[in-house]
Amino acid sequence: MTRRETYLDWNATAPLRPETAAAVTAALRDCGNASSVHRWGRAARQRVENAREIVAVLIGADPEGVAFVSGGTEANQLALLGSGRERIIVSAVEHSSVLQALQHAERIPVSADGIVDLGRLEELLASDPRPALVSVMLANNETGAIQPVADVADVAHRHGALFHCDAVQAAGKIPLDIAAIGADLISLSAHKLGGPPGIGALIIGGSVEIAPMIRGGGQEHGRRAGSENLPGVAGFAAAADAARHRLADYERAQTLRDSLEAAVLATAPEAIVIGAATPRLPNTSAIALPGVSAETQVIALDLDGVMVSAGAACSSGKVGPSHVLQAMGAVPEIAGSTIRVSLGWSTTEAEIEHFLEAWTAMYRRVKPHAAAARAA
Amino acid sequence: MSLSSAAVAQRPNTPPIYLDNQSSTPLDPRVLEAMLPYFTEQFGNPHSESHVYGHNAMAAIEAARGEVARLIGADPREIVFTSGATESNNLALKGAAHFARAHPVGDKVRDHLIAMTTEHKCVLESAAALEREGFAVSYLPVEPSGLVSPDRLAAAITDRTLLVSVMAAHNEIGVIQPLDEIGALCRSRGVLFHTDAAQAAGKIPLDVEAMKIDLMSISGHKIYGPKGVGALYVRRRPRVRLLPLIDGGGQERGLRSGTLPTPLCVGLGRAAELARAEMGEEVPRVQQLRDRLYAHLRRRIPDLQVNGELEHRLPGNLNFSVPGIAASALIEACQSVAMSTGSACTSASVEPSYVLRALGLPDDRANASIRLGLGRFTTATEVDFAAEAIAAAVSRLRQAGGAFGAG
Repeated sequence: MTRRETYLDWNATAPLRPETAAAVTAALRDCGNASSVHRWGRAARQRVENAREIVAVLIGADPEGVAFVSGGTEANQLALLGSGRERIIVSAVEHSSVLQALQHAERIPVSADGIVDLGRLEELLASDPRPALVSVMLANNETGAIQPVADVADVAHRHGALFHCDAVQAAGKIPLDIAAIGADLISLSAHKLGGPPGIGALIIGGSVEIAPMIRGGGQEHGRRAGSENLPGVAGFAAAADAARHRLADYERAQTLRDSLEAAVLATAPEAIVIGAATPRLPNTSAIALPGVSAETQVIALDLDGVMVSAGAACSSGKVGPSHVLQAMGAVPEIAGSTIRVSLGWSTTEAEIEHFLEAWTAMYRRVKPHAAAARAA
Repeated sequence: MSLSSAAVAQRPNTPPIYLDNQSSTPLDPRVLEAMLPYFTEQFGNPHSESHVYGHNAMAAIEAARGEVARLIGADPREIVFTSGATESNNLALKGAAHFARAHPVGDKVRDHLIAMTTEHKCVLESAAALEREGFAVSYLPVEPSGLVSPDRLAAAITDRTLLVSVMAAHNEIGVIQPLDEIGALCRSRGVLFHTDAAQAAGKIPLDVEAMKIDLMSISGHKIYGPKGVGALYVRRRPRVRLLPLIDGGGQERGLRSGTLPTPLCVGLGRAAELARAEMGEEVPRVQQLRDRLYAHLRRRIPDLQVNGELEHRLPGNLNFSVPGIAASALIEACQSVAMSTGSACTSASVEPSYVLRALGLPDDRANASIRLGLGRFTTATEVDFAAEAIAAAVSRLRQAGGAFGAG
């Protein structure tokens, strides 16, 4: 019998949607450089421009504003470094690609639920008249917490600041509209919404000028040089289109996620669902089991074929407490014992049951007394 | 074998013969096969440490890294995956310059770079960006052959010179630079040697040790691998230090953040492996085809002029001008062959190629220059057909006189 496997790490990366797989495979078989003038090149150019329009629709943007880049990390860096703004103000729970972009970036603190302190942002902007860019993510990759981005946009714009929003985790899971978000710049990544890895976009609002980080042949209206990654953009578009039409799958995922959290809390009342009181992505659950290291938990779950993570899947495997949870004021006991469970459009009830079996077995092993007391 | 113009005209709905392999190469089906599982069942994030999907993805990436390293005689730890050669070139130049500025050794200032005038746009643009930041750049002219003169290069190096960038094989005219001489010179003068090998890697033997190369840019889609991926070789001993262009999660030992695209890295690895394994047979085969194409064209168009010297040249490259016939007119009149004027990224522009002007060629000859790039999937039949089609188009244009905007 093959090992039962349940993938609940969709915020790290999502499997390709079937629509994407078909588009990517077809484009991989095509040849041609989208910048060449001959027939093959022109056909490639046409496909890149079609993809640009479809990605634009996902977020209600103008296709002209869609600059394809190699992924969410590059999009974030391009937004921050390319804006030319003297002051960069970022929330303390941003992805590392935003936090690391500039050493002198100023931080907006967050509440215990992980929501940015708008009052503090107001103060920061009022205290210094230099041109600023504010970067606040739409939804957090570790907790799923959704920021009040329209309010952030208001505050930023009132002070003449640009607003960049990293929508990498939110895209494809909740409805998105650039006007409603109020952002001047938005980052997207294909592989988080069922597209291929290695492609993303920075959505650039009408009047915003972005200086390129990667220079050369002047592709992407001079914002990002390099031969176009045609299979990447074709796959991105197919995934964006499917995601937009299948948002209802995430309503179902939310029901499953909620039942998972309820079952965990019923088994272990001492467990904590991080950010439960705040609006969250429908698919994300950050669950702390105080006193049990996240590493112990994810290893035990992996041995039972359940794949989750101990936070973001970013870098070098250094297992440290999450900067997101720390910024939310979590004590080390909580921050070090939180796992992230993230569901996707195809997650099934059976997979949630599998998770709960494995999680409960792990819980009984690591906390036999608590489990026994509960059973008694 | 000879095809009439009528036969040429009979193929309007078939795809054109692809002779633009310097612009982009088709994906080798064997590369595609290697990539597909990593799009679908092995889709894990390679940086996920907590489960087997992540581990499997990372293992595949490391195997691919090994293949890329082997292609150029490097250590796998010296290979940094990027989104392509444009990014690699930007990272090499800006990364080395920014590191040198941030970490000066003693009181020695290293703020001078040297690049050929015929470098790819992305090298020239990176250099120009550094100039705006206060670095000094010398643009080294090339000989009429397209080759750089090591003596001239030696004279251009000063005690402030940090880095020399010389393209290994040229994207338009295919000329191959004397890399070992340049490498030895740079090493003896204590200067970093970067080479843009997007066109050369996998096509001709390259060895970073023998050639004393410190930084080398590689592209996936120029070696029958996927678009959207490339690599930068960064020497470990003596260690070459760079500051990253893209910061974040700290992937690729901090030199290039961002989730590694597993299928693309696997594709680049497989492409490198195939190129290395087949180079011995492929170089003479493609060169014979190129020579056959050239002979055929020469017979039909006796006044055809080859641009750049023919001897030290990529086996699959031919660049020529037909006097009095603008390249754009020839491309328009010969749609059954996919060919190009200059490099793809600038070919939409109407300016004469800066590369050909750098060889000292007059504007009308530069305007007439056509690049043909033969590759792994080019056949003798295609070459013969293409030669006939081009020659027939030239005849038609000449009969029509100046109506096509010659010159």
